[in-house]
Amino acid sequence: MKDFIIPDRDFGTPAAKSKQMVTLTIDGFDVTVPEGTSIMRAAAEAGIQVPKLCATDSVDAFGSCRLCLVEIEGRNGTPASCTTPVAPGLKVHTQNAKLKQLRRGVMELYISDHPLDCLTCSANGDCELQDMAGAVGLRDVRYEAVDTHFKVKNTSGEANPLYIPRDDSNPYFSYDPQKCIVCSRCVRACEEVQGTFALTIEGRGFDSRVSFGAKTDNALASDCVSCGACVQACPTATLQEKSVIEIGTPSHSVITTCAYCGVGCSFKAEMRGDELVRMTPYKHGKANRGHSCVKGRFAYGYASHKDRILKPMIRDAITDPWKEVTWAEAMEFAATRMKGIQAKYGRQSVGVITSSRCTNEETYLVQKLTRGVFMNNNTDTCARVCHSPTGYGLGQTFGTSAGTQDFDSVEEADVIMVIGANPHAGHPVFASRMKKRLRKGAKLIVVDPRRTETVEGPHYKAAHHLALTPGTNVAVVSAIAHVIVTEKLYNETFIRERCDWDEFQDYAEFIALPNHSPEAVQMVTGVPAEEIRLAARLYATGGNAAIYYGLGVTEHSQGSTTVIGIANLAMLTGNIGRRGVGVNPLRGQNNVQGSCDMGSFPHELPGYRHVKNPEVRAIYENLWGVKIDPEPGLRIPNMLDAAVEGTFKGLYCQGEDILQSDPDTHHVAAGLAAMECVIVHDLFLNETANYAHVFFPGSSFLEKDGTFTNAERRINMVRKVMAPKQGYADWEVTQMFAQAMGANWNYTHPSQIMEEIAMTTPSFAGVTYEKIETMGSIQWPCNEKAPEGTPLMHIDGFVRGKGKFIRTEYVATDEKTGPRFPLLLTTGRILSQYNVGAQTRRTANVVWHDEDVLEINPHDAENRGIKDGDWVRLASRSGDTTLRATIADRVAPGVVYTTFHHPDTQANVITTDFSDWATNCPEYKVTAVQVSPSNGPSEWQEEYAAQAAQSRRILAAE
Amino acid sequence: MLDSDALSDRISEILEAHRGLEGPLLPILHAVQEAFGHVPQAAIPQIAAALTLSKAEVHGVVSFYHDFREAPAGRHVLKLCRAEACQAVGADAVAGRIKAALGIDWHETTPDGRVTLEPVFCLGLCACGPAAMIDGRLVGRCDEAVLAEVAK
Repeated sequence: MKDFIIPDRDFGTPAAKSKQMVTLTIDGFDVTVPEGTSIMRAAAEAGIQVPKLCATDSVDAFGSCRLCLVEIEGRNGTPASCTTPVAPGLKVHTQNAKLKQLRRGVMELYISDHPLDCLTCSANGDCELQDMAGAVGLRDVRYEAVDTHFKVKNTSGEANPLYIPRDDSNPYFSYDPQKCIVCSRCVRACEEVQGTFALTIEGRGFDSRVSFGAKTDNALASDCVSCGACVQACPTATLQEKSVIEIGTPSHSVITTCAYCGVGCSFKAEMRGDELVRMTPYKHGKANRGHSCVKGRFAYGYASHKDRILKPMIRDAITDPWKEVTWAEAMEFAATRMKGIQAKYGRQSVGVITSSRCTNEETYLVQKLTRGVFMNNNTDTCARVCHSPTGYGLGQTFGTSAGTQDFDSVEEADVIMVIGANPHAGHPVFASRMKKRLRKGAKLIVVDPRRTETVEGPHYKAAHHLALTPGTNVAVVSAIAHVIVTEKLYNETFIRERCDWDEFQDYAEFIALPNHSPEAVQMVTGVPAEEIRLAARLYATGGNAAIYYGLGVTEHSQGSTTVIGIANLAMLTGNIGRRGVGVNPLRGQNNVQGSCDMGSFPHELPGYRHVKNPEVRAIYENLWGVKIDPEPGLRIPNMLDAAVEGTFKGLYCQGEDILQSDPDTHHVAAGLAAMECVIVHDLFLNETANYAHVFFPGSSFLEKDGTFTNAERRINMVRKVMAPKQGYADWEVTQMFAQAMGANWNYTHPSQIMEEIAMTTPSFAGVTYEKIETMGSIQWPCNEKAPEGTPLMHIDGFVRGKGKFIRTEYVATDEKTGPRFPLLLTTGRILSQYNVGAQTRRTANVVWHDEDVLEINPHDAENRGIKDGDWVRLASRSGDTTLRATIADRVAPGVVYTTFHHPDTQANVITTDFSDWATNCPEYKVTAVQVSPSNGPSEWQEEYAAQAAQSRRILAAE
Repeated sequence: MLDSDALSDRISEILEAHRGLEGPLLPILHAVQEAFGHVPQAAIPQIAAALTLSKAEVHGVVSFYHDFREAPAGRHVLKLCRAEACQAVGADAVAGRIKAALGIDWHETTPDGRVTLEPVFCLGLCACGPAAMIDGRLVGRCDEAVLAEVAK
């Protein structure tokens, strides 16, 4: 196995950003560093490690351990090198007789209150205290430990009141106070890196102890979000991964990319043999900069969960139990069925769904399968149900279907507008980076029906929270534009230079109409007009203004219109094309950007080029030796409709659980049940597999090579750290299936697939595995014009030429409340669970969220006689389900909220089949519902559970 | 004992009274201690939310200062200086006698709730040691005087 380990050197303090350079002498060597650098860091850059305990380069210097003392010629005393900045001409000595003696004395004091159980300690070999004892030459401790924090009993056998037992309440790491040296690294990491402020130092002096939350809290009960920043910062065994306690220290590591959300954090998979010991955030990862969240850092146990299926399975009918077979038999069975269906019902009767969880290379192969082997364009992907309006809206206005910035850009934003997103739960690492900027004074505007964690928290509070009624995004965004236009806050120079002036005038005339004014729409949106005016003025005049938005924008019947409205706001105010600004969709899945780029949509070949375009088709036709269908294929909802009608009969669905994730579950189930061959390619027997005839076991992200593209268009490497448990990486499975279907595919490594992508797709033309290896990651477009990739888009001009203003007329959704369904349901997710929960439900993350609950305002609950924790029936025109209620005033009266992580709740039974006018993205975020007390699961839930149990039977091996 | 609603209402009043104050946490904690005789645990999340702090941060501050109490003190609080100058003039012996007279140790309250005994490190009254403080009133050369008070 290749080891990509680059030693993560700790420079002690963060890098200084000054352009002014300073030269000083450290131990006789000249060192030149940016102004503001600490002496400790300057020494480290020269290769001189000053001993240290409380300093680490993820947090600001603190100066408490007194181990990093140095002497500076001409200055008094022995200053701490971590808190002393460099100055020109300083002559620094890091090692002499006096310093040695001082350091040894400090270490003696530390060790006098620390157990000497190094050999059996879980941090043995990975402990900075141990290293520093070695570095300072500690040989002897003169102090007799009388009062200690580590002895369970004192000399006379009484319980030691200072001893605090280990806190094992967090499922992933333990807090063992007896090992603590009170360096405050954990407290500072929680504050500076994560921004949760869940930790503190309680007491003072000798009584100082690290405390999770307030006095009566433990790690689990505190505000801790289990991001792992404290564990990462801890120099001793005090905060330690339980996996390391159980297994031991890792021996080697491989850098790879997290397979959860669209932030795309880089991680080091730390291994012993082929056992994964822990995942640690990679400091040089450009998306996460050394930070992580509970999912990527800890929730990887699903890859070895007992539910994972490791053998291919087939069955004649979905009422039969599964039969385990060899890969060859499964391929033969699947190919015969699919060929049979195409022979009987025609070329268009089968299709594929690509996965936003799989790599670019795998996605490319799946769409190639339908275009080059099935010979149709029936390919779609889960972006259909999340960010397809982003693709449309930004494509129309700017000319490219992607976010404009990198995540680093948020560090220069002065005003941050978050619309329909809760990064705190959905994109936690980005949220931490955003909160860091907010603590430095950037202003926050949140547009969300709920008062989410993003609105307010320790050391930040939104200047304006526009708590709109679900479904009125366009009205709010247009009202903001109305204020900008009518109060003449727009940037005329930018618009004249970069946009089409005539289109602007047309748009300005439209948006200035009084029916778009905040006062006119406040009855519809529920947002006070004055708040909208203030927010608009802040966005337009507050300096660098950046918009970050999520599925609360797209998953509406007017999702595309809102995206266009957002693009208009950025163009009106000139907030595009430089750092600190931009329009940034927060992508849901690890590779949803990539799956869209790879031609997963039925009307687009890779690189967003329409299939009607003969020149583009010719590229692939020549390469693949086939004739490509010039007509766009079926979208997911069309496939299901066609299945119910009887014209669509076969589906290859890779890594997506459409039954749980797509709206109107009844309709999805009916569509799947009507098909003759459903092939599910997944880690688990997911809900869709209940209706499948063939099951190809999938490989986890730890078991394959490839690339993921995150929300910043950043192509990150995914590296194989262990062999696939079921035998093949997913790209190999797709290839075997294509071969069984008669295709002549012979890729031997995903890099060859990337070569094919680069060769055929202009925006990927310069991408190679070698370049990603050297650069760490690349942001597309990467081609002759931008050989190093493109961190910021639209710098000197829009990709489409002139930015295009498009009118945004608000049309209320047809999903309306009425006497039978008086409440509006909106859906979302929470931090510890991911999407349909197939992965996170199979990890210890369930301690935070083991069932979906319905958030309901106290007013609405009281009217219905509902108390906190009661079972309630949630019903819409589409269906009904039951779940527990939680009373919360963060949802407005008239609005209820739930998540969709658990299949036994199936929130999507409730959601309707209304969808975005342009892209069919379902309207998950608005459903008219009624809530009433209930005493248990609905009839549908019971039937569903029975069907699922029946369908998941596997025949015993003969 | 206040029920939780009454406690929360009283804390809201205190928070409201300190609105707009710069560096408001310590004045708020003093006001809370004044109102309840201690800083109730239940107050911490409420104070934290109002100041956009975390409960851990508020806990860190409360626990740093020994004067913020977790539980109400006795009707009288007797603080005896334990610092060097007072020790040099017999503070330890005084402390021993007072402890014996009250039948309690440091940080304890007499069973009748009359007196809480606390150590303190320097009251700035070194010239008149051993020094003590009774309910905020300084007492110098406290041996006989304090014993007499204690006897009452």
